[in-house]
Amino acid sequence: MTHADPALGPLPLLLALLALYLAGAVRRRRAGRGWSGRRCAGFALGVALMALAFAPPVAHFAHHDLRGHMLQHLLLGMFAPLPLTLGMPGSLLLRSLPAAAARAVVTMLAWRPVRLLIHPVTALALDMGGMYLLYLTPLYALSLERPPLHALMHVHFVVSGYLFTWAVAGCDPAPHRPGLRLRLMVLFLGTAAHAILAKLMYAFHWPRGTPHSLEEIQAAAQWMYYGGDLAELLLAVAFFALWFERRAGAACRRQTVSPSR
Amino acid sequence: MTAHGDTGLDSRRSLTAGLLIGLGAMAAVDEIVFHQLLGWHHFYDRATPAIGLLTDGLLHAFELLAIVAGFFLLTEVRARSALLRRAAWAGFFLGAGGFQLLDGLLNHKVLRLHQIRYGVDILPYDLVWNLAALLLIAVGALLARHLSAAAGR
Repeated sequence: MTHADPALGPLPLLLALLALYLAGAVRRRRAGRGWSGRRCAGFALGVALMALAFAPPVAHFAHHDLRGHMLQHLLLGMFAPLPLTLGMPGSLLLRSLPAAAARAVVTMLAWRPVRLLIHPVTALALDMGGMYLLYLTPLYALSLERPPLHALMHVHFVVSGYLFTWAVAGCDPAPHRPGLRLRLMVLFLGTAAHAILAKLMYAFHWPRGTPHSLEEIQAAAQWMYYGGDLAELLLAVAFFALWFERRAGAACRRQTVSPSR
Repeated sequence: MTAHGDTGLDSRRSLTAGLLIGLGAMAAVDEIVFHQLLGWHHFYDRATPAIGLLTDGLLHAFELLAIVAGFFLLTEVRARSALLRRAAWAGFFLGAGGFQLLDGLLNHKVLRLHQIRYGVDILPYDLVWNLAALLLIAVGALLARHLSAAAGR
């Protein structure tokens, strides 16, 4: 990646992403096919939360304090993905692509290895497993010394956090999307795994091998616990909104594109 | 209270909604009042075995989902004009008391996650805690009994 100013970090990339989304939305609206402002607002909020995680004061805080890092983790992996998901960028992409390309994307999503990758259980394993690996092994200490590894960690937060949120509460199209009961189970296990990890870090002083003091690690673990609670509460609201909407018959399915047969 | 026997009132769903909310509400009270405001409970104390951390996390996740699901269910039942208030309150007290008893016996005593308060004689605290839980359950049971007698279902 070539950034003009390294201090900007991934901000240009985030702006480009938002511009691309809005261009797609505007094109649909001009064509009279509509794209709700609420979805645009959701996506923009998600991008803004990601940008906040890399804003200079937060980045500076994260540079020397584990609580700052935890704030970044919460923003990138938990708070930003929910509004991003509600923006339904996948649907927008499919509808903006030419028909043949859209069909190719849907076919790819239905391909078994990809299906396995975006399955809620895999998403749970990638998201929570990644975090256990990061904080309960020397990996986090290693990432402090190696900038590429550190950048990769942030990318993993975003991608796995989005995948998890999308797998649980997303209404974007996906062939063979598992039922809501399984998704509820995944949400339950994810919430529990996050709370357990925070307490393990608090109790056994992980991540070890870092310059952070014990008090700082314990404070960061508590930020993780309560911040994660809030994020998962919001995710649960989104999930049950979907659940009861389905039950009321006004299905989210109406808005989704089914794969061509 | 009006027209218990009225058709269309969903006493079972009303009770379930109340139960889920009561359970989540008591968990929230526990977290906010005893952990945060009074500072009596500890986030973690060194006596906690690893299995305690595991069950604590699972229970915590359950409470979080219960309160959200409870409010959505309540909204749904109300939207259908099928809410039976007495049933919802019965559920609320049963859920709140049930959680407190579970917390008092399983979390505090069996799993030894944390105690109610530290540096004091714990017995009176445990007694008050669990008796209060039983009282809440008794209120819930009483409401539920009247309910089945009145509604006849």
